[in-house]
Amino acid sequence: MNVEERVKSFILENFLFTDDPTALGEEDSFLDKGIIDSTGVMEVILFLEEEFDIKVMDDEIVPENLDSVRNIGKFVASKTAA
Amino acid sequence: MCGLAGFCPINNPQEDAELLRRMVARLAHRGPDEAGHHVDAQVALGHARLSIIDVAGGRQPIANEDGCIRVVFNGEIFNYVELREALRAAGHRFATDSDTEVIVHAYEQWGDDFPRRLNGQFAIALWDAPRRRLLLVRDRPGIHPLFWTWRDGRLLFASEVKALLPAFDTAPALDLTALDQIFTFWAPLGERSVFEGVQALPPGGMLVFEHGRITQRRWWEWTFAEPGEYLQGSEADLAAELRQRLTEATRLRLRADVPVGAYLSGGLDSSVLTALMHDLDADLRTFSIGFEEKALDEGDYQRLMIEHLGARHSFLHIDNADVGEAFPRAIWHGEQPILRTAPVPMMLLSGLVRDNGYKVVLTGEGSDEVLGGYDLFKEGKLRRFWARQPDSGWRPRLLQRLYPYLDLTQRQGQAYLQAFFGQGLDQADAPWFAHIPRMATTAHAKHFLAEDVRRRLRETALDGLQAILPAGIERWDPFNRTQYVEARTLMSGYLLSSQGDRMLMANSVEGRFPFLDHEVIEFAGRLDPRLKMKVLNEKYLLKQALRDALPAPIVDRFKQPYRAPDIPAFFGGRTPDYVEAMFDEGTLRDYGYFDPARARRLLEKARRGRASGYKDNMAFIGILSTQLWHHHFVERFRDHFHATPETRRKEKDERGRTRQEFHTRELSVHG
Repeated sequence: MNVEERVKSFILENFLFTDDPTALGEEDSFLDKGIIDSTGVMEVILFLEEEFDIKVMDDEIVPENLDSVRNIGKFVASKTAA
Repeated sequence: MCGLAGFCPINNPQEDAELLRRMVARLAHRGPDEAGHHVDAQVALGHARLSIIDVAGGRQPIANEDGCIRVVFNGEIFNYVELREALRAAGHRFATDSDTEVIVHAYEQWGDDFPRRLNGQFAIALWDAPRRRLLLVRDRPGIHPLFWTWRDGRLLFASEVKALLPAFDTAPALDLTALDQIFTFWAPLGERSVFEGVQALPPGGMLVFEHGRITQRRWWEWTFAEPGEYLQGSEADLAAELRQRLTEATRLRLRADVPVGAYLSGGLDSSVLTALMHDLDADLRTFSIGFEEKALDEGDYQRLMIEHLGARHSFLHIDNADVGEAFPRAIWHGEQPILRTAPVPMMLLSGLVRDNGYKVVLTGEGSDEVLGGYDLFKEGKLRRFWARQPDSGWRPRLLQRLYPYLDLTQRQGQAYLQAFFGQGLDQADAPWFAHIPRMATTAHAKHFLAEDVRRRLRETALDGLQAILPAGIERWDPFNRTQYVEARTLMSGYLLSSQGDRMLMANSVEGRFPFLDHEVIEFAGRLDPRLKMKVLNEKYLLKQALRDALPAPIVDRFKQPYRAPDIPAFFGGRTPDYVEAMFDEGTLRDYGYFDPARARRLLEKARRGRASGYKDNMAFIGILSTQLWHHHFVERFRDHFHATPETRRKEKDERGRTRQEFHTRELSVHG
């Protein structure tokens, strides 16, 4: 699985409690759809740090990096490329 | 405190006497001292008594001089001494020294307006034989419960629904609208109970059954002064008046023929209360709990107050596993799904009180609602300030100051805080504006409802709320609107019941609530809201009023809400067997409320230690408690409410080791 697929599967399992891939689009905003709230974002960060062996800095905790499967995919790519 | 049950009219005196006996027997935990039954040609009135005032003479039902007015009652009339004087002066003759007898004569003297004369906490059933008229009355804020149902052409009523169930031929059904309301506001609203077809008499409500017709009205309502009509006077004078009223409310609540103790959490409210008791020279016997989890524990503040007052104190340390183990029993007593485990430690605490030989405690409950203490009020004020200029970058930054005791809010990005607290920013005038973020977090639990349950929901939770809002609420200050919504939703339907009366009564302990004295409530309702919360300083006037009676760290500490371990209570060490049984795929499907696959995923997430935040915790507790509710009241309906020893034996032989029997063994609720 590529990064987006792994992220999507994590969100489906842990926030939507389903394995139905149609329940979440790659560009759906987690905030707008009420999928991830202010505490949920901690779960996402923990997952990213463990799964992709990266460190998420405080100033990186912004929706541009974390608010959709696609955004996270890009963010992880930029972190692992660096 | 006690329990009452009864019905009207009578069908068959002999069978009905037996039914009444079975109904009252289901309330034995509320009134272990004695049971009283009265059945005549018209009415059945039953009572389970916890003797507190006039221990020898207060046996119920109690009648007037010629026996034509009879009453059973649960609670206390604190001003019974003054009322008895007034009624004697008006020519009434008293046969006992009990507060119950005051009710009978007060009804004779003042008719249906009599509850207005009462300062107390009560659920009353009164039979007026000459007029063939049954009256049910509930106290102003809803401290004592009272439920009723119409079945087979008659009205049945009781302190708890479990005392109505012996009159049911078939198991009750869960009211799905009530479940939806709990998964939004933490409590069913208005008259609704979670048992389909069973109504709650609302706080401050009165029901009259006469000529075969039921009429209902509210005889008391929370009201607030409109801007421009607030109490005038200097801050110091108003603080002094508040202190004087609280002292009087406390003095009245120390009236009892048995010793009275107090809960002492280390927070402002219980500290105020015990300080007032100290001023009144009351014996200071105090009780508290502490938690394994440091973040939830308030031990340092408790010790500070105990030393300050010289109280004799008993302390109960609660491990996470204790909460998990006692949870099913709390659902049995609470009778409705809950979203937090917070009631459980309260049940264990009342057990501590009882073990120490006490049956009455004063508690600080109600202070936050009446005097403006909740974080949610603060949150509402801040969000409203932000809503005035939604594009401001600076205003939402204040949100960071809201919850310094929560690690998370300090670490997470501002954007996420803003997204969460910014929900509903365009509804700043709605009475429930302050409640929007909490409603959203709670409603996460609905994500797990089965498809079929969602389809059957006809009204939204917000429809239910709108139906109980008073006319003219929009003229009150937004802060007061928030107070009203809180008092009519979470306070009466959850805090005073699931976490209050039911958890106290589980161990036959009566709680008394000086902050909910109606004169205190009405006084606070006329205060300028800015005195209740000055900028973001909660319960400002209360702090001013009692500052000199308390150690400074207690007055100036950051408010820590009472919380108990939720998911960790079930997965710290050994997971209780019933958790797996309630989340079993077959059980989930049979009960039918939740999507089995989703609920199982949440269970697995919790088991892995990966559940996080209020959302997951509330959803988990919501599912577990709903499943247990079904188990207690539906699946085991026959065992609990209709079985004779003989039928029990027979069923057991037939079934062998079925799930039912497993539950019978694992989930004994009768202790």
